[in-house]
Amino acid sequence: MGDVNEVVIIGSGPAGLTAAIYAARAGLEPLVIEGYGAGGQLMITTDVENYPGFPDGVEGPEVMQLFRRQAERFGTRFITADVSRVDFSQRPYRVWVGDDEHAGNAVIVSTGASAKWLGIEGEQRMMGRGVSACATCDGFFFKDKPVVVVGGGDTAMEEAIYLTRMCESVTIVHRRHEFRASAIMAKRALENPKISVRWNSVVEDVEGDQVVTGVKVRDTETGVEDVIPAAAMFVAIGHQPNTSLFEGLLDMDDEGYLVTAPDSTYTNVAGVFACGDVQDTVYRQAVTAAGSGCMAAIDAERWLEAQEAGAHDHAGASASAD
Amino acid sequence: MADVIEITSDTFQGLVLESEKPVLVDFWAPWCGPCRMIAPVIEEIARDREDIVVGKVNVDDAPGIAQQYGIQGIPFIGLFQGGQLVKNAVGAMPRAGIEQALGLS
Repeated sequence: MGDVNEVVIIGSGPAGLTAAIYAARAGLEPLVIEGYGAGGQLMITTDVENYPGFPDGVEGPEVMQLFRRQAERFGTRFITADVSRVDFSQRPYRVWVGDDEHAGNAVIVSTGASAKWLGIEGEQRMMGRGVSACATCDGFFFKDKPVVVVGGGDTAMEEAIYLTRMCESVTIVHRRHEFRASAIMAKRALENPKISVRWNSVVEDVEGDQVVTGVKVRDTETGVEDVIPAAAMFVAIGHQPNTSLFEGLLDMDDEGYLVTAPDSTYTNVAGVFACGDVQDTVYRQAVTAAGSGCMAAIDAERWLEAQEAGAHDHAGASASAD
Repeated sequence: MADVIEITSDTFQGLVLESEKPVLVDFWAPWCGPCRMIAPVIEEIARDREDIVVGKVNVDDAPGIAQQYGIQGIPFIGLFQGGQLVKNAVGAMPRAGIEQALGLS
């Protein structure tokens, strides 16, 4: 085991990097294990229009580059790899990247969330051959072709609107009778002449052998099945928290989100803090993730100070007893 | 100890299909976030491995090559051997995942 870090931060989206900026400025020299998915979900977001301070919008990867530079400026150290396991049973806590062990007096978990898949057979089979979770990556391959977007949230709207730039038409398949997307995004999608919607519909299968030729959907009210001709299916049905590393170690809810004490970033393990989408079942915005990252750094700093003060008190007590 | 080689439509035949060593090709585009995410991983593989050549193709500049191999999702990381695409991995994944999918572990 090498030197013990004051703070180890796992994850490098808006939450992890904001925690790093605050922890670094507090002189804690944080170690960020940023992961191969460094930058988090904003890395696959083209236009970010709701992050304050960017009145003309900003590209996701660009804003994350700025976050990282700011964290680096105050002495944050980075490891670009994924954490393979953790041990929170004794202090200092230990975090492994392969065989490399890193110890931290406090750990901030900001591993975020990943796109969910439908979990149907055809989806897996046609992955990379017309099934995608990233319109900005793969829309390019379906110029002037009809495509399907599955989902009803902001991500689905954003993907559908983006795809209208190059695709012939976009059909949004949504299992309910209204979108849960924000009003402005839903309006933009519904008013777009290239976008049509299949309400109350679920995807049954993906048709096609070498390439996708259509998406089979079932109307949940009538039970009628039919195939929407499409060259691609983009899945945007929400996210799941990246918490498999912490199973059995940190308290989670039924969906796997880390549970934090009210109005704080404290997990059930003292000295382990959680921030960002990994513990946010409500807001899940870049700005709220950044806000909770700041909270985690402040919580960690105060907790470390209290430990230190406690250790001194203890040392003083034993000295006087002697 | 090598850099990632830039491969274009003009050089693909010579650098990839006629290469004596197997060639790992990263098909990417500047507007693809996951491609940017895995770029450092590809560079790391290039630095560490002597047994293969590592290159990248910008699909924006060379759509013909992507089309020829039926690529419909990027990042698409292909392993070419003896002029043939023998294995591939699609999407951002850790280094171990890429090497495993390409049979390079």
